[in-house]
Amino acid sequence: MSIWEYANPKKFMQTSAWALPWVTVLSVLCLLGGLVWGFFFTPDDYKQGSTVKIIYLHVPAAMMAINAWVMMLVTSLIWIVRRHHVSALAAKAAAPIGMTFTLIALVTGAIWGQPMWGTWWEWDPRLTSFLILFLFYLGYMALWEAIENPDTAADLTSVLCMVGSVFAILSRYAVNFWNQGLHQGASLSLDKEENVSDVYWFPLLICIAGFVLLFVTLVLLRTRTEIRARRIQALQAREKLA
Amino acid sequence: MIPDLGKYAGAVLSSYAASILLIGALVALSLWRSARVKRALKEIEERQGKTNG
Amino acid sequence: MIALLVRDLRLAMRAGGGFGLGLAFFLLVTVLVPLGVGPEGATLAKIAPGILWVGALLACLLSLDRVFALDFEDGSLDLLATAPIPLEGVVAVKSAAHWIVTGLPLTLIAPVLAVLLHLPEGGYLWLVVSLALGTPALSVIGTFGAALTVGLKRGGLLLSLLVLPLYVPTLIFGAEVVKRGAEGMAIATPLLLLAGITAGAAALLPFASAAAIRINLR
Repeated sequence: MSIWEYANPKKFMQTSAWALPWVTVLSVLCLLGGLVWGFFFTPDDYKQGSTVKIIYLHVPAAMMAINAWVMMLVTSLIWIVRRHHVSALAAKAAAPIGMTFTLIALVTGAIWGQPMWGTWWEWDPRLTSFLILFLFYLGYMALWEAIENPDTAADLTSVLCMVGSVFAILSRYAVNFWNQGLHQGASLSLDKEENVSDVYWFPLLICIAGFVLLFVTLVLLRTRTEIRARRIQALQAREKLA
Repeated sequence: MIPDLGKYAGAVLSSYAASILLIGALVALSLWRSARVKRALKEIEERQGKTNG
Repeated sequence: MIALLVRDLRLAMRAGGGFGLGLAFFLLVTVLVPLGVGPEGATLAKIAPGILWVGALLACLLSLDRVFALDFEDGSLDLLATAPIPLEGVVAVKSAAHWIVTGLPLTLIAPVLAVLLHLPEGGYLWLVVSLALGTPALSVIGTFGAALTVGLKRGGLLLSLLVLPLYVPTLIFGAEVVKRGAEGMAIATPLLLLAGITAGAAALLPFASAAAIRINLR
């Protein structure tokens, strides 16, 4: 019994069919619970007022936006090294989810920034690097769409994902450096975990769990779709031969 | 029931609305594509079952 | 490999387009920006480093889709892939040729165009130095993008979408060098980081590009 058994599409379909209802229910419960708790039953921050409630969407979305890319990197590596199709398809399935989370983080950040900083957009290092991350997701997905042969597409997107990861990290440091050079970002920096008290911490934790579970649910669902789509392709090819 | 959001009500509500909308769209798209692909696969498997059998 | 370099250079010169087009584009950008922004010298001087770097970057992007396209179409890329020299070497030579045809002339013409933008006096030396150090990275990264999209019919737009995010660190450090040079500040840190990116990209990316080409030719 090893983890590679789940790389077999059939085994993956069986296991994910069993797991999917459970993670779906769990993620709905966590998201609803965390968001309702956060929205209705937490006090306002003395400084930020009620905008502090945006944290329950902003922080989990931002975390998962990065984690989704890390997961794509890992599955890409597995595809390159061990050539398990499920792995490549899971990376493909995760990209739009990661992109949506990046978008949520950006949008909620902009809406939060408007009353707090007096501007919708500030070229703050974190904001800027998320915008760049969004571009990386766009490029990655565009490459998947552009190539017809599925194996070639999987190979090339994996290579892009690896190279992109290196440059994404470089960009993160470059952006930090760049903004320091322009003006002090400190007065505008996001005050996050440092001053979050327990009142906000527990619902936030549940929301993070909810976003993680939502991500898992969607990845499973979308990977199943991709596997089915691949099977259709194979069957159609056989029909043409016959 | 709705808590008093004070002067930031617009910001909080719109960010919740935007996020729920985006997540909703993502889930809906995933489900829609899943259903479509599932149907197409079933169709093609049945057709092949006939020709083979 | 030198023969390959000479051949690529000669083809680029003869085809005419690649060589002059990038330079003309660079010139156009530096003319159009003041027309859009307004003629105030102080404003232009402030944005000059950024404009020059962005212009050079876009000019570099223009000719990228030709790096492999012609060789792919007439089949000589297959020959090169099976040639006794390693594909990684071929890729490195290709990016070197691309740099000589686009990056080098851009670097040389940049100070002339900087006059148009009122770049402060201290910036000229660092403009040339930063472009000379940075444009090889642009060519190498661009070659990687070209390798990814080599088999595609409508690769041009996709190529830009793939390559531009990868250009971010180079652009930031390159423009920062010029900006600091123009203001008379210390430039060692961004300059070293820029050189580091170029060295790292030139050393490692040819392997990724060669892998991408092998996948595409399979």
